[in-house]
Amino acid sequence: METKRLVFIGVGGQGNLLASRLLGEAALSMGIHTVVSEIHGMAQRGGIVESAVLLGDVSSPIVSGGEADVLVGFEPVETMRALGKCNKDTLVITNTHPLPPFTVAIGQGDYPTVEESLEAISSRVGRLIALDGNRIAREVGNPLALNMVMLGALLGSGAVPVEPDAMKKVISSSTKKAFLESNLKAFDRGMEEATGTRAAG
Amino acid sequence: MHKLLTDSPGKEMLLLGNEAIARGALEAGVAFATCYPGTPSSEIPEQFFRISQETDLYFEYSTNEKVALEVAAGAAVSGLRTIVTMKHVGLNVAADPLMTLAYTGVKGGLVIINADDPSLFSSQNEQDNRYYARLSGLPKLEPTNTQEMKDMTARAFVLSESLELPVIIRTTTRLAHIRGAVTLGDLAPRKTRTHFQKNPFHFVCVPAVSRNLHKVLLERGAKAAKASEDSDYNRVEGEGPWGIVANGVSYDYVKDAVADLGLSDRVRILKLGFSHPLPRELCLGFLKEVEKVLVVEELEPVNETELRAMAQEARIDVPIQGKGVAGLSRLYEYDPALVRKAISSYFDVPYQGPEPVDTSHVPELPGRPPNLCAGCPHRATYYAVKEVYGQETIYPTDIGCYTLGLLPPISMADFVICMGSSVSSGCGFSRATDQKVVSFIGDSTFFHSGITGLVNAVHNNHKFTLVILDNGTTAMTGHQPHPGVDTAPMGVDRTRISLENLVRGLGVKDVHVVKPFKLKKTIEAVRATLEYDGISVIISQEFCPLFAKATGQARKTKPFRINEAKCKDHRVCIQKLACPAMFVEGERVKIDRNLCIGCSVCAQICPENAIVPVKD
Repeated sequence: METKRLVFIGVGGQGNLLASRLLGEAALSMGIHTVVSEIHGMAQRGGIVESAVLLGDVSSPIVSGGEADVLVGFEPVETMRALGKCNKDTLVITNTHPLPPFTVAIGQGDYPTVEESLEAISSRVGRLIALDGNRIAREVGNPLALNMVMLGALLGSGAVPVEPDAMKKVISSSTKKAFLESNLKAFDRGMEEATGTRAAG
Repeated sequence: MHKLLTDSPGKEMLLLGNEAIARGALEAGVAFATCYPGTPSSEIPEQFFRISQETDLYFEYSTNEKVALEVAAGAAVSGLRTIVTMKHVGLNVAADPLMTLAYTGVKGGLVIINADDPSLFSSQNEQDNRYYARLSGLPKLEPTNTQEMKDMTARAFVLSESLELPVIIRTTTRLAHIRGAVTLGDLAPRKTRTHFQKNPFHFVCVPAVSRNLHKVLLERGAKAAKASEDSDYNRVEGEGPWGIVANGVSYDYVKDAVADLGLSDRVRILKLGFSHPLPRELCLGFLKEVEKVLVVEELEPVNETELRAMAQEARIDVPIQGKGVAGLSRLYEYDPALVRKAISSYFDVPYQGPEPVDTSHVPELPGRPPNLCAGCPHRATYYAVKEVYGQETIYPTDIGCYTLGLLPPISMADFVICMGSSVSSGCGFSRATDQKVVSFIGDSTFFHSGITGLVNAVHNNHKFTLVILDNGTTAMTGHQPHPGVDTAPMGVDRTRISLENLVRGLGVKDVHVVKPFKLKKTIEAVRATLEYDGISVIISQEFCPLFAKATGQARKTKPFRINEAKCKDHRVCIQKLACPAMFVEGERVKIDRNLCIGCSVCAQICPENAIVPVKD
């Protein structure tokens, strides 16, 4: 199959490492060659957390600058910070809910408006799917399900050869019972949002 | 049951590199495991810790890496299959036993997992530990993916026993933290009990014995060289007039680059998996077959230098290059594009990859450095010390979460080089300057290598204050226990050593135990050390909130909120504490009640008493 290089970017605690791992599990369950890479350690103390998923005939575990087919960003400014991974054809899927870093609160920087961020992203890459994943997660009754919303949006975009059923099976086997229903709902809602954008071209 | 105990040979699982190593050890019937945790190796012992609670595998978090290796040595020379894991700088701590354990060798297989950190994702340096194999004369294996991490670990035990030498497996951050498919093999039974065969003229390394043992090591090294020659971890792949030599994760980048550049029929790759000793005949054969050679290896030019020496000795006149070719540097980790570019440049093959988008005019982005967590007790301790000692005091610090005290607004880290250096360097700073000195060290780091420094400080009549940040766990690396921890909530029975008794036992007279969330009392205790003529130790005791939450020991306090009627927007709270639970919205400071754990430190410093617990 064609190689797919995905980068997940987010802030410690948003669950993007889990999202990339689950995507890898689902791909593997479909017989797709998969490598996932994560950065642990310091990044977990409120810093930026990055992971990569490489699907298909590829051995390298990371994605170089300009080489991401898909960038999944869990926070708009962090999505923008990771733009160097993108090229003019990259699909970017971003959560629009801002999480300003504490440096802003102590006056060491300004947080751009979400509109500015989205404009800077969409003017540079092939396609942008922007959704308020936190709102959707709240609406399904599980504020921690942002990563499920983003996974749904990724599959809804049609950009990866992973079947939603395979994805849901993996989500089901790795979610605590109390959160299962809301996680699956969050995944479906994410998928719906992105499928809509696909139809619109 | 722990997933790594899955007894289904042939089953494919997506495993973290570090999990794959643990599985490999289990497949070899490992009976004994020790470590000191350190990123990027920490997930290996994490598996052993849990597995040891379900099986008869012996596992311990040792006090430091030297201790871990010596404990492992006792088990391995007695005959048990043993594994010890540590990060690259951990092997510096364990270098002393390593060098002479190479002389005695082992009876049961001993595998030393050593994780390098190119690009310094979470380390104080990026030393290349392949040199340790050369320094000690021990064999070394370098896997390139998760499957090999498992397989090589299992095979390393067999190799270790046949050579009677410890075997080092070198990973890097990238390999340790990838997840990839691993096909499981059989789980071997464990032999957990043995009888030590005395042999003082082999195991007691006095000069007369060691003179002979050095010879033994060289003989075993020669056997290792033969094993390397025969190993399928060293092999030539492909055909063609151009040669590329690669090891570790670089091999993956090379393999992809050769395919991307369409060079499969022109390049042969020498893959070095059993990379010390190098397979000399295989290397020479390879060098003779090619017109030019590119060596791709992260960090130091280890293989490059050895290959050049081999070529010179065998009078093979082939250009060999590595460092200096288009971006192949001794610095930092490599990536696929960098390696592709180097290959394209060295062999003069055009390649145009996708161009990164132009980011020169995106809005300026605020930084997002890592930060102490909301409710982290270190923040309170730092605040209290700064209130008394101010900005002019020298603050030697140490290795742990609290190293983040480097960043503003705390800005209380002036010197750190390695584990334990806060205490001993404090001795030097206080003697060499007229400045006041307050050193910071974590509880786990103090047990690891702060104790000897403190003995030195007391014995040599130094004068400074040591703050032991006792958060009841080894927080930075993922909440492992240490000798000062009550391990009962983690489900294991270990003897707890009282930090206070220990410090007093070392001869410190001025000891203060404080609860940092009681700011006023903490500041009073700090003030009492200001004029003390000798060594003062402040033990600042409060759980890491993440650890407390994970082990059901969390505070039952309510989160706080800002009473906006009272708040006069001084912003002392946010400016001095930079707690991530605080944010500014509509020009007013707010507290995120989901992040706030109710430590109350901000409430204690608010000049208007405008920070109050939430009511419901």
